[in-house]
This record gives sequence, structure tokens and C-alpha cells, in this order.
Amino acid sequence: MSQQRIPLWINVGLVPLINLLMAFTVSALLFYYININPLEAVQVMWEGAFGNAEGVGFTLYYATGFIFTGLAVAVAYHAGLFNIGGEGQAYVGGLGVGLVCLWLGDKLPLYLLLPLALIAGGLFGAAWAFIPAYLQAKRGSHIVITTIMFNFIASSLMAYLLVDVLKPANTMAPESAVFAEASWLPKIHNLLALVGINMTESPVNISLIWAILCAVFVWVFLWHTRWGYQIRSVGANVHAAGYAGISYSKVTIMAMAISGMLAGFFALNVIQGELHQIKLNYVEGFGFTGIAVALMGRNHPVGVILASLLFGFLYQGGAELSFDYGVDRNIVVVLQGLVILFSGALEHMFKPRLEALYLKITSRQETA
Amino acid sequence: MYETLILMLDSTVRVATPLIFAALAGLFCERSGVVNIGLEGNLLASAFAGAATASVTGSAFEGVIAGVFVSITMSLLHGFATITHRGDQVVSGMAVNILAAGLTVTLGRYWFDQGGQTPALDGNARFAPLHLPLESSIQNIPVIGPLYSGLLSGHTILEYIAVLAVPVSWWILYRTRFGLRLRAVGESPAAVDTAGISVIRLRYSAIVICGLLAGLGGTYLSMAQTAQFIPNMSAGKGYMALAALVFGKWRPWTTMSACLLFGFLDALAIRLQGVQIAGHAIPVQFIEALPYLLTVFLLAGFIGKAVAPKALGTAYVKERE
Repeated sequence: MSQQRIPLWINVGLVPLINLLMAFTVSALLFYYININPLEAVQVMWEGAFGNAEGVGFTLYYATGFIFTGLAVAVAYHAGLFNIGGEGQAYVGGLGVGLVCLWLGDKLPLYLLLPLALIAGGLFGAAWAFIPAYLQAKRGSHIVITTIMFNFIASSLMAYLLVDVLKPANTMAPESAVFAEASWLPKIHNLLALVGINMTESPVNISLIWAILCAVFVWVFLWHTRWGYQIRSVGANVHAAGYAGISYSKVTIMAMAISGMLAGFFALNVIQGELHQIKLNYVEGFGFTGIAVALMGRNHPVGVILASLLFGFLYQGGAELSFDYGVDRNIVVVLQGLVILFSGALEHMFKPRLEALYLKITSRQETA
Repeated sequence: MYETLILMLDSTVRVATPLIFAALAGLFCERSGVVNIGLEGNLLASAFAGAATASVTGSAFEGVIAGVFVSITMSLLHGFATITHRGDQVVSGMAVNILAAGLTVTLGRYWFDQGGQTPALDGNARFAPLHLPLESSIQNIPVIGPLYSGLLSGHTILEYIAVLAVPVSWWILYRTRFGLRLRAVGESPAAVDTAGISVIRLRYSAIVICGLLAGLGGTYLSMAQTAQFIPNMSAGKGYMALAALVFGKWRPWTTMSACLLFGFLDALAIRLQGVQIAGHAIPVQFIEALPYLLTVFLLAGFIGKAVAPKALGTAYVKERE
């Protein structure tokens, strides 16, 4: 019976959909409990996230961040590694982007500065992921524990730099100087204005394009290059890959470095695109949410983009919800948690049942 | 100098208490083969449930019961996902953490309308320090006096329970049949299964003990250390407890020592704020990061070796015909 093939649409369509529905149902109960009509809530969220140009801009801005952190988790996952350190890698990536903008922001034109900021953000993020990867590959540390520890170390390191090193003398807040305006990433609405399309101001900037390109690169890399094949082989079966002559430590380090690099790009969107200075704790949990994004997106770039849109919607819609109903913004965090629970931790709850159901239906059709 | 040391040791114990509870909680869970990075969520949820209940009922005892109950529920959710449905243990732990972070603030704001905080606890609703007998008469004796009244006395009952929980955990793990089986299931679930003992039941028992201990740690945060729940008040203590557990090599006494060391570093970081050594201020952040750095070094085998239970992180699949 198990020899029969389960069609793809069940695994990539129906199962995630049912998991998502479960998460939404439980959240609906919570909404109901705190005196919010769930259907009205969805309407408010939808209006807030997609109802007007500004809302769409915010949704896309959040989605951009999620694409980077989601891809980061997904790439590592294909090598069988669980990168929980996206938070720290994105944070340290901000240092790379920030230093380039602080030093060269008023000296170089943007078309020269941007590649440098890109490289610096990616390199810093990759470096922060490299150490846990190296320790796992060569010294047998466990990547999950080390990346958790590295989140905290990043937090301390950045706090030290922001308080004692990068803070301009005349301010009290632990944040760097504001970058020269020439280094700011162009906003999409400004670009559209150049070709005559008027759009309301919103924080979505050109790093969205880079995020989508990254998704394409990840797809090409994982499924159409030798290194991608090696990564997926190790993820599928370490021992078999080892017998096939694929070096575990090389793959581990490569996958984690790319993962960290993608997380580091997160800084472009937030630091160079929106805040224009390095701020304390600017990542705000987006690194962790990347885990949910990757899980929802089945670790596939297309899925990651779709899941990022979903989470962008939840974020922006949640902000609107807290504005309208006076509930806490963190209500969307509950939703996130439930999405991780049902589509990640409990993924085996419905899948076997659905598959069995499918087989039952098809076999009945055959005998009939 | 001596007074300062006593003060620092006193604050070490205060900081270490929730870590000890959470690390022992993780100890039982991980010794049975279940990774639990959801400890942070357990702490947060029980801190909230404890303070919320105590503020409504005015009874610290009822607060603890509620906190422990919620923590066990969270643990059971983790168990349900990882033991029954063989879900990824790290993913499930993350879900618990994120759920707790979201739910505590949402419900807190809805119930108390104070930006997610609970009302301040007073009187019987919080844990008062216990004063050991003869405290005031011994106080003035040099050396012993400050040690007795400053360090040994004046803690809440939860702190004494935390210290007591260490030998009790040791005894359970190393001197009872249950403990032997629990340790075995973390090393080789197949062998335990072959011996006719239920892997699932053992792991669930570990999960419940884990919830109980983490619940005590959480309620300590909001009902003894602070008399109020504040959003995200666990502030990474669950992860730090995990570090302490690794640092303590999955053993009760060494884990407690690691918690005390981390607590001491915390007290030291506060002490060293603004202190100059040879003209250089020591960055407080460096000392704050030390527990994590030490754990990384330990895991990399640079300072001894930490060997995790062999079956840690893997769901047990009973072999099918």
C-alpha cells in the first residue's frame, strides 16, 4: 500500500493548508475569547495590509525581511542543519552594512556603495554563522546550542559597540550616527514616481528586489549546482553522502555560511532602507520568525516568498488590529507560534491520515 | 570586602534560582532523550500564570499551583508534538517559546489592561523572605553573622526548594529504578523498549517533571524575585539554563554549579559597572556574554568535554513488522 505514490498537491498544497487552517482556527478561538469577532478581525487585517498603498508597502517591507531570514533557515535546513542563529547573524550583518554606510556613506555614489554594503552585510552575517558551523563540523559542537549562544553573544557584542564605540558623543540612546542621506536605499515609491506612477510613501525599498533575486539564486544554487546537490545529499542522508565522497564538514560550513549571509542581508532592508542607523535590538525577532517562514514555505524559495507575504500580512494586519481594537500587537506572535506548532512540530499529525484517506479514496475508485 | 562578597553571593543565589529550576527541568527532559528549548516559554508562561492568579486570589500558594499547572500543560504540548507525533523537537520548543511570548502579553493586556503587566503583588500574594531562627542575635558575630543573616537567611521558600531540588533530583536519577530507566531511555530507547518498559510513558513522566520544575522557576521570577509579571521577564533565562545544563554535563550537581557560576557572573557584571582596571573600563557586556562564551568553548571541547545523552533529539519509532 505504501508503495503507491502520494501526489505532490497533497504534500505541498493540502497538508500546509490544513496546518494553516488549524493555526487560524485556534487563533480564532483566542480572538473570540478576547471579544474580537474573528471574521471582523480578518477583515481589519486584510484592509490594513492590502486595502491601501501604504498598507501594501508595509506588508512588502516586512515580507522583504522575512524572505531573507526565511531563506537563511531554508538553506541550512537542506543540509540537515537547524540554524536558530538568524537573529544574531542578521544583527551582526547590520554592523557590516552600518559600517560601510557610516564610513563611505557620503564619499561614494550609491551604485558603488550598495555592492559594498551588500558584501559587508553578507560577510558579517556569514562570519557569525561560520563559527558555529566550524565548531559543529570540526569539533562536534551542536549547531542548535551554539547558534543560540551566538545570538546572545551577538546581542552583547552589539550592545557594547552601540554603547561604547559607535554612539555619537552628543546622544544618549544606544545607537549609531545617522548615515549620510546619499547612502539610503531608494524607496519603491520614489522609484515609481520617477516613471510617473504616484504611490503613497511606505518603507518598502529596493532590497525587495534583492530579496527576490536571492530566492532565485537559492533555487538555482540548491537544485542546479553541484554544491547544492551536495548540500541536499548531506541533508537527506549524511552517511550515504559520506560514502559518495561528499565532505560533511565542507558542506556544513558552506551551507551555514550561505545561511548566515542571507540572514545578514536582512540588514539592508531595515538598516540601510528604513532606520538609516544601527539601533539596539533592531532585528526584533525576525530571525526567529524566519524559522516559521521556512517551515511554512516547505524550505523552497517559492514557498518562502509566499510564506513571507503571509507573515508580512500578519505583521502589518496585526499592527492595524492593535490600533483598531486596542489589543496587543503580540497577538500576531501567538499566530506565529501556532503556525510553527502546527506546520512544524505537529506536521505528522495530519499528514499520514490525509495520505491514508487519499489512498482509500483512490483504491475504492479503482475497484469500482 | 567580606560584606561585598556576601552581598554578591546573596545576589548570585537570587539570580541562580530560576536557572537551577529550569536547568533541572531540562535535565529530566533531556536525560529522557527529549530536547527542550521550550524552557524559556515554560518560565514565561508560568511566571505569568502565577502572578495573574496570585493577583486575583491574593494567595501565593494558588499562584504557584496555577503557574506549575500551566507550565506542565506547555510541557505536555511539547511532549504531544515530539513524543506522540514525533515532530521535530527543536521546532516544537520554538513554538512553545513563541506561543508563550505572544499569549502572556495578549492575555495580560486583556485581563489587566496594564500594558501586559499584572498588578503588583503584595501581602500573601507574593513570597516573603523567610528569616531563619536566631538571625538577629547571630547577626553581629563577625564572619559567621553576615554569612548566616546575609546569605543563608532571608530567602523565599522557593530558593530553599531550588537548592533542595538538586540532591532530590540526583537521588531520583541515580538511586531509583525510575531514574535508571529514565537515563537508559535517553541513551538507548530501543533497549528499554526491549526490556518491556514503555518509552513513551517514561518520556511523558520526564516531561511532567520538567513542567513542574520549570513552573517553580517561572513563578519564582514573578512572585518572589519581582512582585509582578512583566512582559518577556524570562529574558533568555530558559536558554541560559540550557547552557548551564550543557555546561553541567547533564548532571544535577555540576549543573547547579554552572547555574551558580552564571549567577555569580551576573552579580559581577552589575558590580563591575563603571569600574576601571588599569585605566580601562571592563565592558559589562563582555561579562554578560561570558556564560554563553564558556558554553561554546565547552561544547567545542576546549575546556573538557560535554557528552549529551546518546538518543537526545531523536523520536523513538517502535519497529514495525
